[in-house]
Amino acid sequence: MTISAPPIPVIETEAEQAPAKRSRFWAWVILIITALYFLVPLGATFYWSLRAEADKLGFEAYRRLFADSNFWPSFTESVINAIAAIFLSLLIIVPTAYWVTLRLPKLRPVVEFITLLPFVIPAVVLVFALLRLYGRPPLLLTATYDSSRVLLVCAYTALSFPYMFRSVDNGLRAMDVRSLTEAAQSLGAGWPTILRRVIFPNLRVALLSGALLTFAIVIGELTIALFLAQQTFGPYMANLTRSKVYEPSAMAIVAFALTWAAMGTIALITRPGKRG
Amino acid sequence: MGGARRPPLFQFGRWLGVVPFFVFSGLFLIGPVVVLAYRSLEGPDGGLTLDNYRELTNPTVLASYGLSIRISLTTAVLGGLIGFFLAWAVSMGGLPRPFRSGLTTFSGVASNFAGVPLAAAFIFTLGRIGAITALFELIGIDIYGAGFTLYSYWGLTIVYLFFQIPLMVLVLLPALDGLKQDWREAAENLGATPRQYWRRVALPILLPSILGTMILLFGNAFGAHATAYALTGGLLNLATLLIGQQISGDVLNNPGLGYAVAMGMVFIMALSIILYSILQRRSERWLG
Repeated sequence: MTISAPPIPVIETEAEQAPAKRSRFWAWVILIITALYFLVPLGATFYWSLRAEADKLGFEAYRRLFADSNFWPSFTESVINAIAAIFLSLLIIVPTAYWVTLRLPKLRPVVEFITLLPFVIPAVVLVFALLRLYGRPPLLLTATYDSSRVLLVCAYTALSFPYMFRSVDNGLRAMDVRSLTEAAQSLGAGWPTILRRVIFPNLRVALLSGALLTFAIVIGELTIALFLAQQTFGPYMANLTRSKVYEPSAMAIVAFALTWAAMGTIALITRPGKRG
Repeated sequence: MGGARRPPLFQFGRWLGVVPFFVFSGLFLIGPVVVLAYRSLEGPDGGLTLDNYRELTNPTVLASYGLSIRISLTTAVLGGLIGFFLAWAVSMGGLPRPFRSGLTTFSGVASNFAGVPLAAAFIFTLGRIGAITALFELIGIDIYGAGFTLYSYWGLTIVYLFFQIPLMVLVLLPALDGLKQDWREAAENLGATPRQYWRRVALPILLPSILGTMILLFGNAFGAHATAYALTGGLLNLATLLIGQQISGDVLNNPGLGYAVAMGMVFIMALSIILYSILQRRSERWLG
């Protein structure tokens, strides 16, 4: 802290080196311990999934899992539910995010508050509430399997709101909505055309990441499906865990791979430089 | 917002894009919860009363809230601390760059890897037949004989950390990035040691963010149902599992109390989200 300006950098580097080394040591220690915590359960599960046949390692558990008569029906049903929820969510959230960005900015806090509600209402409470409202006339929706399924898709749509809204909102902020809209209007486009041909295409990355996140959350969802008595993938997996020995390990690995695929794709398409 | 002077058709067009959102949220988020809130205030023979909320002191209910809160607190604090150190390690600990993007993607996966598959993975690791349990047996330690079980408070804590730590990492990494190099240099030029820099500069700036995220983790664990259900089959007396049993068949022998238990959860969740957003806003003063 004297007047000697030039020596300061030298002193700094010397003083910095020892702590930097020490902090790197601790960084490695932390990384290795946490990596063990995360990788051991995955490794143990994978190991189990290879042991279905006595005395040798192989993919027998996976073969049995895929051959299980309930696997594909429940899985397909969940995929269809997820896709339906994603489309419904897009249909609702894209115009909403667009409107609060451009036409009704005063509504933004209200909309943001509502999209956060799924974080405030635990899934088990939401399904409890849905059953009380839609479990009896005049709004009876739980009478048949298919009407309950509609209710399930609507619940999933609501669950996707926080992710979808944030994703779309970020996407809208990254592009100049106002200029694009005015340009389209001056060319004579109406609102449906603007949304469909200008906004949607510019939001592709945001929409895709919102959709994939929703997919990852909804595909194995257990709580709501369970209490709406739906034979989807979540309840199927829960049943399998209780009734079989080796198949659940294969199932857990498949589910992890699915989540990984969805999140990996998001990481890939939202890389810096390709934000939107 | 409108005025009577505007023609109604124009008004409708102005709101057109947000109408589906409000109708849908009303039908499937707000409406159902309002019904639940109303029912929680209804006495057995009609009429509004607070009796159901007074009944929350019922030992079963108190015990379930107690266990839920204890598990949520433990996993929030542990997950928060471990997640903080992990985020620090990959962002400023001097580790090779690829670890950071790898950890970010992995955290995205692991924070969403809850429910049945997560429960199954830990059954194969620390369950009675789990690989680690077997490994301990090989070296002569019977962890189940020593009183450990996966289907308990500590067992569930270990499982929950699998999605709690990654969530902390995801929220905290941007906050750590917000620490400006200038601050560190300024502190060093004034003669501060790294320890002093952390204690007097970095931690006070990060504190609202760290505390806020821990509160978020608390809510995350408090509302979790699927993982606990898949793991214990509903045997552990957690608040979410209690509500599940109440749905299947009035285990409390009092429907009104069931609604009050559910609303109590909503109240605690709302409180934690509000605290989180207040602290988050506060941390944006420096890190925004």
